[in-house]
Amino acid sequence: MDENLKELIINNSDSIVDNWMNEVGRIKAGNYTASISDELYENTNREFVNVIFTSIQNQGSSKVVEEFSEKIINLGWPLSYITDGLQIFRRVTIDFLLAQADQVDSNHFSNVLTSVDEWIEPLIRQLVNEYSGSWENILSLQRVALQELSAPLIPVMERITVMPLIGTIDTDRAKLIMENLLEGTIKHNSEVVLIDITGVPVVDTMVAHHIIQAAEAVRLIGSTCILVGIRPEIAQTIVNIGIDLSKFPTRSTLEKGFTKALEITEREVVDLHVKNQGIEDIMHSLKGE
Amino acid sequence: MNPRSCVNIHKEWDIVGARQLGREMAKEIGFGTVDQARIATAVSELARNIYLYAENGQVCFEYIYTNSQKGILMIAVDTGPGIKDISSVMQDGYTTSGGLGAGLPGVKRLMDDFDIESTVGEGTKIKAIKWIR
Repeated sequence: MDENLKELIINNSDSIVDNWMNEVGRIKAGNYTASISDELYENTNREFVNVIFTSIQNQGSSKVVEEFSEKIINLGWPLSYITDGLQIFRRVTIDFLLAQADQVDSNHFSNVLTSVDEWIEPLIRQLVNEYSGSWENILSLQRVALQELSAPLIPVMERITVMPLIGTIDTDRAKLIMENLLEGTIKHNSEVVLIDITGVPVVDTMVAHHIIQAAEAVRLIGSTCILVGIRPEIAQTIVNIGIDLSKFPTRSTLEKGFTKALEITEREVVDLHVKNQGIEDIMHSLKGE
Repeated sequence: MNPRSCVNIHKEWDIVGARQLGREMAKEIGFGTVDQARIATAVSELARNIYLYAENGQVCFEYIYTNSQKGILMIAVDTGPGIKDISSVMQDGYTTSGGLGAGLPGVKRLMDDFDIESTVGEGTKIKAIKWIR
C-alpha cells in the first residue's frame, strides 16, 4: 500500500509540484525571504522540491539533502523557509492523495498520513540538524576567536611588556589574564608589565580584585605591574566604591606608564636630532681650538 | 506608573546585559559620564551578588520624579538564601567568597539612597536611587 502511494505521487509529481510552487510563492512575503529576487526564489524552490522527491524516491538520500542544505545555509536563508516548505509539501501531498482515492475511509486516511509523515520526517530532521550544526560551528569558532583576543601580551621593548584589555572581564577571562600575564612575564623576561584598561567599560570590585591579584602575582615573580588607562570616571568610581589600589603604581595613559617603565628599567628616550646637534657643537668647538 | 525594565540574572553574561540597560537608561534621562559609570558599577555589583549567592534573580530599573528632582531607581530582587546579618555585609572588607568585600557598602556609597531588606531562606531585595544633580 505504501509503495502504491509512493508510485502514485511520483507519477503525478508534476501536479504536486505545481500546487506546491503556488503555495510556497504565496508565503514568500511573510517568510523573511521577501528581499530575494523572484528568479532565484523560483529556481531554489524547484531545486528544493526536486530534493524532496529524490529523497522520497530513494528512501532518504542524505547526499542530495546535504548539498541542498549547505547551499541554503550559504545563501543565508532562514530555517523557516525549509520548515514551511516541507509543511506545505506535506499538506499538498495529503490533499492530492486523498483526492485521488475513490472512497476515503478512516483506514486509508491514516495510511496516507503515516506514509507522508514517513517521507517528510527524516528530511525535516536532517535539514534542521544541518542548520543547527552550522550555527554551533560558528559559535564555537567565535568563542575560540574571542579567547585568542582576550588577553594578549605584547613585548614592546626589552624587559617591558604591555597587556591591553578591551571589553568586559568575566571569571574565565580573568583566569586567562592571570595565566598569560605570568607566563609571558617569565617568557619575555620582563621587568615591567603595563596593564592597559582603557577599553574595560566597568571596573567593579570583581574586576579590581582580579587585577590586584594579578599584580600581586607579578610582584611575587619579581616584576613590577603598572595599571594604565584609568579614565577619570573610572578613577572616581574606584574611589567611591572604596577599592584600595595604593599598593601598585597607576598612570592615566599608556604613554605615561611607558615613561615610568623606562625609568624603572633605567633607560630613557633620546631625541636623535638633538643628540647629533650636540655632537656637532662639540666638533665645532674642537675645530675652533 | 512609570514603565519598569527588568533583566533576569541567571548566567554571568546577564550581568553585562543588566549593566548595559542601566547605563543606557541613565544616559537617556541625562546623567553625566561619571554618574553613568557609577550606576553601571553599582548595577554590576548587585547583579554579581545575585549571580554569586542567589543564582536566580532580577534587576529592574525605573525613572522616578519628585517635585524638585528626577533620578533612576534600581531594584535587585532574588530568591536566594537571604542575608543573616545585614550589618556585617554592610561593613567594608566583609566577604564570604574571597572577594574584596567592598560590594554592598560600595554600592551604598556610589548611589544616593540605599535600602536593603532580607529574610533568611526567602531572599533579598535591594533598592537604590541615584538623583541627577
